[in-house]
Formats: sequence, structure tokens, C-alpha cells
Amino acid sequence: MTDNTVIKVRDLVVGFGDQNVLDHLSLDVRGAEILGVVGASGAGKSVLLRTIIGLLPKRHGTIEVLGVNLDEANETERRALERRWGVLFQQGALFSSLTVRQNVQFPMRENLNLSPRLLDEMALAKLEMVGLTPKDADKLPSELSGGMTKRVALARALALDPEIVFLDEPTSGLDPISAGDFDELIRTLQQTLEITVFMVTHDLESLYTACDRVAVIADGIVVAEGPILTMLESEHPWVKTYFQGKRGGMLADRQIERMT
Amino acid sequence: MGEHLLTSKLKGERLELAAGGSWTASHAKELESLVDGVTGDAVKAKTMSIDMARVEELDTFGAWLLERLTRQWQASGREAVIVGLPEHDFGLLEEMQTVNRSPIAAPARDNPIVSALVSVGRASAGFGRDLINFADMLGAVGIAGVRVLTRPSEFRFTSMVHQLDRVAWQAVPIILLITFLIGGIIAQQGIFHFRKFGAELYAVDLVGILILREIGVLIVAIMVAGRSGSSYTAELGSMKMREEIDALRTMGFDPIEVLVLPRILVLIIALPVLTFIGSMAALYGGGLVAWLYGGMSPDIYISRLMEAISLTHFQVGMIKAPFMGLVIGIVACAEGLQVKGSAESLGLKTTASVVKSIFLVIVLDGMFAIFFASIGM
Repeated sequence: MTDNTVIKVRDLVVGFGDQNVLDHLSLDVRGAEILGVVGASGAGKSVLLRTIIGLLPKRHGTIEVLGVNLDEANETERRALERRWGVLFQQGALFSSLTVRQNVQFPMRENLNLSPRLLDEMALAKLEMVGLTPKDADKLPSELSGGMTKRVALARALALDPEIVFLDEPTSGLDPISAGDFDELIRTLQQTLEITVFMVTHDLESLYTACDRVAVIADGIVVAEGPILTMLESEHPWVKTYFQGKRGGMLADRQIERMT
Repeated sequence: MGEHLLTSKLKGERLELAAGGSWTASHAKELESLVDGVTGDAVKAKTMSIDMARVEELDTFGAWLLERLTRQWQASGREAVIVGLPEHDFGLLEEMQTVNRSPIAAPARDNPIVSALVSVGRASAGFGRDLINFADMLGAVGIAGVRVLTRPSEFRFTSMVHQLDRVAWQAVPIILLITFLIGGIIAQQGIFHFRKFGAELYAVDLVGILILREIGVLIVAIMVAGRSGSSYTAELGSMKMREEIDALRTMGFDPIEVLVLPRILVLIIALPVLTFIGSMAALYGGGLVAWLYGGMSPDIYISRLMEAISLTHFQVGMIKAPFMGLVIGIVACAEGLQVKGSAESLGLKTTASVVKSIFLVIVLDGMFAIFFASIGM
């Protein structure tokens, strides 16, 4: 890819009933960056994510992922493409009847022809990479805490060494310390594995610590896009309130201090 | 394909490996066998060098196999060096050097005889536990019932009407259809076989007594167990999974009183009603078949039926119905409240609920048969 754009969304319209949630939205995600997507509740962040990965139908526009146009791709091409991305759902979406190890092995078992020994080693390696211990490998999802569930879900999303990882609110429901750890984990993994991360989030801290660029969705389009400093200069009312408001303001001051 | 991924050359006491191509997940199987092959054929070598310069892609699968190769080599006290690794892959290899350090505990394999005995033991203990659970639920429902009797204003009447609509009213069409067909089939078989002795009229006795005493109530109970018992278990089970039942308890409500009691009462009311409707439909179906297939006019069928059956037969069937409703309700609710976190457990408990309630309904019917025979009904 010469222009280094891994996800190219153009003129996207997605809606339910007679209401359009995304209204002619365009967005680029570059290779090996962490893009944070923010917006008010109900602005369509998750809808955008779910449309890109093909869970929601779109009304208009094109989506190109890793150079493949999703409308023109046939079944085999789509399957091949799906193996090149991993998704972490908001609630983890672990298979409740499989153990942690089996959850991580599931994509490997279905897509690759590996020996049992390598399957085990790789599953445990992935679990250790996301900060879990081999002891956790034989637990069932119902025995995990919220933070552990997210980590296992991340390990499963990374199972096939994807090029893009979609994260839907990875830090929601975690305490600030775990959330901070999780941001750091995403940052480290992104650097070691050189993956592109598309992250939908509400968490201001994540935007500051983990993301390279931020895209703000409001009124169905991307109203601001760029590194965090650009956000602080934006004149859009929602962006202003979000980044300069009571909660955002403190972080913004700290960031500017660090920069100067 | 595969050979260029890893080639080895022995130079004196030094083994030189040259890696190339894609060391990625899609080649992991070939890579693994190549990596495992290395240690086998190079006993003489003292040192090993792996040249990674010509590797085009490296992911965690490749990096781990590389790490496994060097670890195996180093485990026998020999030296291994990696050369020519691109700088941006250092982080990945470093990450891999930290993982899988603790040995993987192989899952212990049990003796098959022992594990067979264990499962038999578990099943027997489970059977005992089921009996206790059943009695427990019966007791809890009894207590809740008494409590509600002392404070009738607190009874959840709306919930009960809603359940009555689902369990009784909405079940009427399917019950009518099935029992109508069963009545017809019994009449046809009776006429077909009794005709050989010229005793076609007795087919009416068969139809009347069998349906009123046994078949009507049994068919209805089995259908209700499959239709409503399973939905009770699934409902309560998913409420348990989403902590709704815990929420009720913390707000000071007794889940038995709020959720279980109305459901069981509804079954106790619904089963006699459905049994009555079902029995009538079956008698009607029998009469229709007797007329169309056996050539027996409706007048003859009705007068023969009046001679053959008595109020006792009708009573026997109807007395059993509420008890069967109670059994189905207790089993369904007890199983539902035992659901654990996983989707699989919900499925298992729903199956168990239907199987156990049908089994208990038939056992109960047998016990009633003995009871009624000994009191001469």
C-alpha cells in the first residue's frame, strides 16, 4: 500500500428506520497508528465500527479495508480479510462454554492447521502477552473479573496476528488503574506487533495516553480529526466541551505543560 | 514450498541455519516441523547460528517458533545466536523470550475405569441432590403460598394473569389439534382390530375410558412440560445469569414468591382446564373417525359412550391434572434457578427440566393408577 491508508471510509450512510445515524461520513485510518473515535452517546461510534466489520448494512458509500473494497469482495476474499482483523467487543463476547484457553485457540483451530502442542504454546503466549498467567487459562469466562474478561477478549482478537484490531470501548467498566494499564498494554502491543488499532472510546485518559490520532463523530460526520493538540484548538461546540470541560480541562492542561 | 523457510548447513562443529520467506501463522505448521527437525539431525554441532536476514515477514507464530528453536538448543548447554534480524522485530522476539517460561502442566489423564465409576457416582449423587432440590422447592413454594394467604393483597395477580394467557390460552390451539388427532388414531386402531371379532362397538369403550382416564391428561401434561416447563426454565435461568434474581433479593423480594409461585399456580389452574379441553377434542376426534371410517353414526357413538363411561372415569382424569401441573412447575422452576453462568448450562438445565418433568409425570400417573385401583375408582 503506497498511501499507507488501511481503512478508507467514503460517504458512508447508515441508518435505522427513517433516521440516519451516520450521514455521509468519511474517515481514513493510517497504517500502524492508534485511532481513537469519540463522540456523544448515540452519536454512532459503535455503529461505524460495526458497519466497517460488516455487522450492520450500509445505505450508501464505500468502505475499503486493507485495499479491499467490501462491496466488491466475494465470499472467499471476505473470509480472508476477516482473518486479517481482530475485534474486541464491548462486553468481551467470550464463548461462555469454552475455557479461556479454548477461547483464544478457537480462531487458530478454525483457520490454521496446528499441532496441539503449538496451539497450547501460542494460546499461553498470547495470554501472557496481555498480562494473564497460565493459571488463568483453564478458567471459564463466568469466573473472570471485568478486567480479565477484556484481556482474554484482546488475546482472542490477537490470536491470528491481525493487521487491524477493532476495539469497542476497551476500558469501559474498568477502574481507572486497570484502564490505564489496559491503555498501556494496547500501546505496547501495537508497537511490538505493528498493528493498526481502531478504538471506539469514551475515556479521555485513553485518548491522551494511547491514541496517535483522534476522530470526533457528531451529527453523523467526523467533525474533527487529528492529534490531540488539534482537538484542543477545535472550535466545534461538542469538541470544545468534551476536551475543555471540567473533566477534559485538567488533562488538557497537563498535556500542554508536558509539550512546552 | 516449505524448504526455503529454513535451510541448514553443517560446518564442522557449527550448524548454520538460514531462514527465509514468511515466518507467519499461515506457515506455522511447516515451520514447526522444520524447527523440530533441526535438533534431531545435528548431534555433532556445538554452536548454532540462525540467519534471519532473508525473512520477509515475522509474526508472533514465527517469533515463537524461533524462540522455541533457540530454547531447545540452549537447553542442552549449546550456544545459539540469531543474526540478521531486522531491527523492528527485536521487540517481538524480546516479548516471546518472556512467555511460556513456566512448564505447561499436561492435563492428567484419568484411568477410564475410575472415570466411569466417578461418573456413575456423580450421577447417583446428582439423583439424590435432585430429590432434595425438588423437596426444597416444594417446601419453599408451600411457605410462600402460606405467606401470600396471610397477606393476599401482596399476591402478584397481574403476573399470574399474564402467565395464564401464555400457558393456558395460547396453548389451546395446539392442544386441541394434538388431542383431536390422538383421539382419532385410537378410534381407528380400535375399530380396525375389534372388527375382526365383530366387536366394533367396544372401540367406543376403549376411546372413552382411555382418553378420560389416562391419555387426555398425559398428553396434555407432556405437551405443557415441553411447551411451558421449558420456557419457565429458560426464563428463570437467563434471569439468574443476568443477576436479575439477585437484584430482586437485594430489594427485599423473595424470588420464590415473586417469580415461582405465580408460575406454579398458573400451571395448577391451567392443566385441569387444558385436560378438559383436550379430552373433549379427543372424544370428538374419536367420534368423527368412528363415523367416517367405522360407519358408526354420531347417535350410536354418543349413546354407546354414555353406557361405557361414568363420572368416575372423568373424575380420575381431572383429579390427576393439578398434581401434574404442580410437578411440572416445581421441576421447571428448580432447574431454572440452578443455571450457572454459561450458555451451555442454560441449555443443559432446560433439557433436564423437560426430561425430568415428563419422567415424573409418568411416574405420578402410575402411582395414581395404583391408588385409584386400590380405592376402587
